[in-house]
Amino acid sequence: MAAAAAQQKIRWGELEEDDGGDLDFLLPPRVVVGPDENGFKKVIEYRFDDDGNKVKVTTTTRVRKLAKARLSRSAIERRQWPKFGDALKEDAGSRLTMVSTEEILLERPRAPGSKADEPAASGDPLAVASKGGAVLMVCRTCGKKGDHWTSKCPYKDLAPPTESFSDRPPTSDGPPAAGGPAKGAYVPPTLRGGADRSGGDSMRRRNDENSVRVTNLSEDTREPDLLELFRAFGPVSRVYVAVDQKTGSSRGFGFVNFVHREDAEKAISKLNGYGYDNLILRVEWATPRPN
Amino acid sequence: MRPILMKGHERPLTFLRYNRDGDLLFSCAKDHTPTVWYADNGDRLGTYRGHNGAVWSCDVSRDSARLITGSADQTAKLWDVSTGRELFSFRFDAPARSVEFAIGDALAVITTDNFMDHVPTVQVKHIAEDLDDQTDESALVITGIKGRINRAVWGPLNRTIITAGEDATIRIWDTETGKLLKESDKESGHQKTISSLSKSADWSHFITGSLDKSAKLWDSRTLTLIKTYVTERPVNAVDISPTHDTVVLGGGQDAMNVTMTDRRAGKFEAKFYHKILQEEIGGVKGHFGPINALAFNPDGRSFSSGGEDGYVRLHHFDSDYFNIKM
Repeated sequence: MAAAAAQQKIRWGELEEDDGGDLDFLLPPRVVVGPDENGFKKVIEYRFDDDGNKVKVTTTTRVRKLAKARLSRSAIERRQWPKFGDALKEDAGSRLTMVSTEEILLERPRAPGSKADEPAASGDPLAVASKGGAVLMVCRTCGKKGDHWTSKCPYKDLAPPTESFSDRPPTSDGPPAAGGPAKGAYVPPTLRGGADRSGGDSMRRRNDENSVRVTNLSEDTREPDLLELFRAFGPVSRVYVAVDQKTGSSRGFGFVNFVHREDAEKAISKLNGYGYDNLILRVEWATPRPN
Repeated sequence: MRPILMKGHERPLTFLRYNRDGDLLFSCAKDHTPTVWYADNGDRLGTYRGHNGAVWSCDVSRDSARLITGSADQTAKLWDVSTGRELFSFRFDAPARSVEFAIGDALAVITTDNFMDHVPTVQVKHIAEDLDDQTDESALVITGIKGRINRAVWGPLNRTIITAGEDATIRIWDTETGKLLKESDKESGHQKTISSLSKSADWSHFITGSLDKSAKLWDSRTLTLIKTYVTERPVNAVDISPTHDTVVLGGGQDAMNVTMTDRRAGKFEAKFYHKILQEEIGGVKGHFGPINALAFNPDGRSFSSGGEDGYVRLHHFDSDYFNIKM
């Protein structure tokens, strides 16, 4: 095999050096057989491979008859026309024509076989909607059932929009400007006019702003001890000492929440660096937990 | 159905045309080279090289011997269908937009665009049987239309020429005198540019598609509005089934906006409507861009669509299409 290849190489060597293997004229012409009665078409081509060997390529394809075509005599004659223009240079590998791999259906606007109830109004969105689920359709503006959706309510402009009631701030501190952004723009729940502003704020104060972190606590410090220590500065809402779940001993730090910010400030200034149980306390603002 | 995809063009398709026997499909695109395909299996038969601009439309003679094409290179060319040889070139001062052979193939109507200082015209040329007698002279020139004429076709028995275009008005002209006979009603007619016009098999009525998102069916003689088909997108291409009571509309959003929206938002479907009930029968998806050209095979069993994506898709209808009951 190798010898044969070498022989080939020597035989065509000079020519190959001249022009990069443009020896196609030496090959037998392309032969197309068929398609036969089973629709099999055979294309026999010859080419040189990389080693300069002459290779016979037989491509067998099945030609599908896609449509029952009754061709006229002139059409059958046109079948035999030789290709011309760019189609002449086209080789079997150029896949200009492909059968779609995807099955494409004639998509019916409604299920085949189902009768249109109102043929004339089928383009009407209301009619389509009413065909969908008439029972479920209740207008929240006028309370009508099965006629239209809330957004399509003809009385939308007349009736005061229901959202405005729930949007109205129940407390006085929500300035109307807060609910100001144009309707339709997204407003996070916490910023909505209706949201309990003050509650939210106090919650945040308790959690973050008025929370004091105490570190370098001795191991046997417990929550009542901490409460005892911090109560002197003002009302304390919560005391917490981190406890190791396995050993049951303190992990050396805790949190104290004050009701008033000023008290917390005072506690930090007084107790930071305070010697407590042989250890020097470190008291500072608890930084909000990164979410 | 599994459509056949034909990727012979490198630019958007502009026009598709079957020959009378329905075995050849001619496609025009903006890539200068009209192409002919076998209409049953989609094999490329040949190309017609010679134009130097986008090819806007074409027509084939009844005996499938000659092809005429109109191009933006300001020429309309006659071709030998079987060899791709250029037979004759009509020169104009402006891009040739629409071409059509008359019954008998002795005349052809060609429209030219409004281009620089030139007004749009409709010109009728004699097509000589013997090429040596072929001249460039126009038998009739119709002017007086404002805005580009997108389509000009022959009326019944070659007595009239029907034009439609940018001014959204359909006009019927006398072929002998060149006089305006009828004009479509402003109220009931299209509101925006008419992009396409296609005749029924017997030429008794025709359909127009417009960028106003509708297609309308008209009587060829009286120019009375028969039917209106309303869609969601501008209509670029229309055709009437030669055998069934079906019309097909193709279009989609503006090509320039395609990349900015979801593919589904474009609605690049060929929409089938019942011709009489004006009701939507169904849609055929597949193109990645707006549909610019549509044509039914004269046997009514297949249709092809050409899109802005450069593909021609050839669809052979399934049996369910023929069994649709309204």
